[in-house]
Formats: sequence, structure tokens, C-alpha cells
Amino acid sequence: MSGEKTRVLVVDDEEIVRESLGGWLEKDGHEVVSAPDGRSAVELLKKAKWNVVLLDLKMPGMDGLQVLAESMKLQPDAAAVIMTAYATVDTAVQAMKLGAFDYLVKPFDPEELSLMMQKIIAQQRLVRENVVLRKALKNEQRFRDLVSKSAAMQRVFELAQVAAKSNSTILVLGESGSGKEVLARAIHAESPRAGGPFVAVSCAALPETLLESELFGHEKGAFTGAVARRKGKFEMAHGGTLFLDEVGDVSPKLQLDLLRVLEERRFHRVGGSELVEVDVRVIAATNKDLRKAVADGSFREDLFYRLNVVPVVLPSLRERKEDIPLLVSHLLERLSAEMHKEISGVSTDAMATLVTHDWPGNVRELRNVLERGAVVATGSVIQANDLGLGRPGGGAEPAAAAAPASLEEVEKHHIGTVLQHTGGNVTQAARLLGIDRVTLYNKIRKYQLRRDDPERPGQT
Amino acid sequence: MEGIQLWWIGERPADPRLLEHVRSHLVRAFDLPVALGDGPGRPTTAFDTRRRQWSSTGILRWLLERAPDGAKVLGLTDVDLFIPILTFVFGEAQLGGVAAVVSTARLGDPPEMGDGRVIWERTAKEAVHELGHAFGLVHCGTPSCAMGRSSNVRDVDQKRGDLCGTCRAGLDERSRRST
Repeated sequence: MSGEKTRVLVVDDEEIVRESLGGWLEKDGHEVVSAPDGRSAVELLKKAKWNVVLLDLKMPGMDGLQVLAESMKLQPDAAAVIMTAYATVDTAVQAMKLGAFDYLVKPFDPEELSLMMQKIIAQQRLVRENVVLRKALKNEQRFRDLVSKSAAMQRVFELAQVAAKSNSTILVLGESGSGKEVLARAIHAESPRAGGPFVAVSCAALPETLLESELFGHEKGAFTGAVARRKGKFEMAHGGTLFLDEVGDVSPKLQLDLLRVLEERRFHRVGGSELVEVDVRVIAATNKDLRKAVADGSFREDLFYRLNVVPVVLPSLRERKEDIPLLVSHLLERLSAEMHKEISGVSTDAMATLVTHDWPGNVRELRNVLERGAVVATGSVIQANDLGLGRPGGGAEPAAAAAPASLEEVEKHHIGTVLQHTGGNVTQAARLLGIDRVTLYNKIRKYQLRRDDPERPGQT
Repeated sequence: MEGIQLWWIGERPADPRLLEHVRSHLVRAFDLPVALGDGPGRPTTAFDTRRRQWSSTGILRWLLERAPDGAKVLGLTDVDLFIPILTFVFGEAQLGGVAAVVSTARLGDPPEMGDGRVIWERTAKEAVHELGHAFGLVHCGTPSCAMGRSSNVRDVDQKRGDLCGTCRAGLDERSRRST
């Protein structure tokens, strides 16, 4: 027997039962205290913490079920077990309804009692571990990556912390990479729903029909391939928070579905007729200008107002450049740990490069640049040329400062840079360039660009 | 008088081979002299007419009244034992006390397994177990240790007849403190 002792309260009006049960449990290494009646048991429940409460059903005065009800109120984490010599289905059902862990008929088989105690101890150990892990996770997530000393971000933190305590829908607005999901996770961790799940879904990543099934789930046979009923993200987030990222990209049909579920907190699974009710707090995010989208008719005005209950605007990194040294030190600390590589900081030149860069990809881009720097650096200090950002103040590449170039050369260079930025993702690059994918493919072929290494001729 | 008194207090006549087998295990486990003998009578007052079983707690009380000063006493019996909350027990002991009792009544299950040697071995293990309680040891989490909890004969068969290192150290510590 190792670890802390399990504290057991035995409540029985028969002394011989208290003695023999107490003795049996003490030999298992448990700490046992007995009470001869319900009233003294309630006093003991008020005074000390118990892991297990073994309660005789029939006692003069307060009976076992009354003590059970008190025990559930005073110490809901303690496993209460009803013991009786006169078992009836009614009392057993009543005991279980009141929250009893088990119901035993006296005398018990030694194996039954032994297994029950083992089950209680194992379950309580899991619950304790779960609490510790959740706490650790919460500490880990609580505004961890939202490192800032800028006044604008301090206002965001204050608003987010207040909003976290409410149940209102939050709309996080900010550029790509500015930390919208990180903020949403921190709000969840700070909210009364922290014990529930945090479920994130990117609305831009999936076509309409798939997103519908992803959000609302589907019934078996709802469409080809629906071989079993599947829960959607709304159901998975029950009791917690649902983070709808890139909500500005949702199709008009799904905008209507979202509006309904936000208003009624219930929905049908795809192909289903049963109404599913959920208790979910929604945090939506977008990098789009939703007011403009409402004005041009691509986003429903009623949905916008449903989402825009508490708007939180995350400033871009270039609007809070004073945070860059702080973020660099914070991100390097984490990168060092993740990469098992000692990185003590960046050189003065490297810091100047970082501070003057425009950061279109915000904190995410900063992290990636630092990761590259940490990989490339030969010593423990990252140098300016380890970062791959070009010279200080020059942006990504000094194209504009070079000798005058033709329009075609500028276009070739720009497409190459955007492809590099998207990691070779043509769809994303086409969106950023404001042209369709076919046009972009034609230009890549024309300029013999390679998707993974811009400005190098492609191998054909 | 120091050491252990091993008394037969069963209904049927004592089996000397069983008593000798148990005695040798106790000597090995506790490193103390073990005196064999027939009990000073039988604990008839411990019989419960309603349950038609023998109260192990009643037997402990009976043994305690008759135990010689300074000795631990283990009563061996063949009657079916119970404590009020359990359907049966293999044995019982006063934790850190003087008396312990073990019964062979349920150690012969299933009957085809219950030949003499199997019962002797199981009885010896339970005798070490209950006396271990009398020496202040609680149940041990090591399944092979004699101080492991046994709710059925399978549990008994899984155990060895002696104490694990941790329980032995606990026993030595207690004996150092009491001297």
C-alpha cells in the first residue's frame, strides 16, 4: 500500500458492524472512523474530508438515504455506498438516484467488498489526476502566447478576461497569424466552461457540404459514405466552447444554419429529424472586414450582429512593434525547449532586422522566422543572416531598391515571394494575389517558377 | 513467555502433519519459536445459531482470554468463520494485538483441488497472513506476498508463504521499536 491513506467513514447503528467493517478496512491500510447514527455522521462530514462513506440504510432517526443526501451536498467527491440487510429495488433505485456509488446487501462477499473498494480508489485516483492535468493545461494555455506590454494588447487582455466570465458570443478580429485561436483558447481557459471541451473548426478549410456535416454531425445514411451516425463540432463542444475560425468564409446557406443554432441553441444533424440541444459558447474569428461583407451582401447582417456581441480586435504585430523583443525572448525560450537546442537570444543586428520587418504574417510569421534562425544558427545566438529576412528595413527582398526592372520581372519576383510565403500552396497564393488558380498556374509556367523554391527555374 | 502459541481449536481431531506444516512456515516467516498444542477447550460461545457459522471475532475474544502473557496465539480450526458484514472469512486477527484465527473450512475449494497438501499450503499462507496482522502489518500490494489481501482461494494460491522485503522490513522495524 503506498500513497495517501483512503479515509473511510463507516455509519452504522450496530457496534459489531462498525467494528468488523472498520477492522477489515484498516487491514487494507485505510483510515477508518465510525459514526453510530446519521446525525453524528453529518457532523463528521462537515468537519473532515472523506474519500468513502459506507452508510447503513436502516438507522433510527436519520436513515441512510437522508445521510446520503447530506453527503452528496457536503462532499460530492466522496463515494457513498449504501449497505442494507433488507434490499428492495425501490431503495436501491432511490440510492442510485441520489448519487450513491454502489448498493451492497449485508453480509457481503469478501470479494465484492474488496473489488468495490479497489474500484472507488482507482476512480478517485483518476479524478485527482484529471484535475491536476486540467489545471496544468489551463496554466499552460492561460494567455501564454499573448505576451505583450503594448497598451493596445493590454486593453485586449482586459476585455477578454471580462468577456471570459460571461457566456456571450465573442467575435475576434485580426489579421492572419495574429493569435486569434490562442486568444480564444485563453478565453475558454479563463471561463467558467474551462472544465468543458474547447473545439476548434476552420470554416474556410472545407467545402459547404462537408462543413455542414462537420458542424452539425450527420445521421447514418444521410449521404453516400455516412456509414454511421457522427457527432458534429457543436455536439462535441457541449458544455464548453466552440471556436469558429474564418467565419467570414461561410457560405450563405450555412450562414443561415449558424444563425438558427446561435438563436435557438438547437439543430438537426444532417439527414436527421431529431432536434439536438446544446449548451455551447461560441467564439468566432475572422480576418475579413465583416461590415464591408455585410454592405456588399456576402455576409448576413443578422448573423453579423449575433456574432458581434463582444468584438475583440487583435492588433497586428506591426502595430505593436514594441512587443517584438519581448515576443522574441518568449518564443526563443519555447523553441529552445521544443528543439532541445540552447538558444540564448538574437544579435543586435538580428533584433534590428526583426523590429523593422513588416510582419504580414504576424506572430506566426515571427515564430517561423525564429525557428528557421534557431535551426540555421551555428552558435547559441541567432545572427541577422540566420533569419532569411534580408537586410534591416528592406522588407522581404530589396526588389524595389534594385535597379529599375520591367513589369514582368516585378510580377515574376512578386509571385515567387508570395509562393514562398504560402509554402508553395497555390490556392492560398492565388487568393493573396487576387487572381484565380488557373491564371497563377499559367504564370508559374510562363516564368518557369518552382512552387517550392521561387525564382528558380522549374525542372520539366 | 515470548514466541507464538499455535493451538488446534477445531471440531475434528487435529491433523499433526497440517500443524507441523503451518509451524514450519511461521518459524521461517517470523523467526520466533512456535509451540504446538491442543487448545484449552473449544470456543463454543462463538457459534452463531442464526447464521450457522462461527464468529471469528468471538473466537479472537476467547483466545485473548486464554493467551499466555507476552505470546501471540494463533487458533487453527476447521469451522466456517464469519464477521457480521461478510459472508465468510478465511481468518481474522487483532491488528497489532495478540490473537489470530484461521480456518481450513473454505480453503479446500474447489473440492477436487482440496487434497491435503493444497489445504496445508493454503492454511500455512493464511496463518502467516493473520499473524502478520497481529504483528501490526496491514495488507500488502505485492500479490505474491503473504500479506496480500485474499478474497478467494485463487488469491491465496497466488501468494508465497513468506513476507516480501517491504513487509519484512516493517516487521523488523516494529520489533526494534518494541524492544
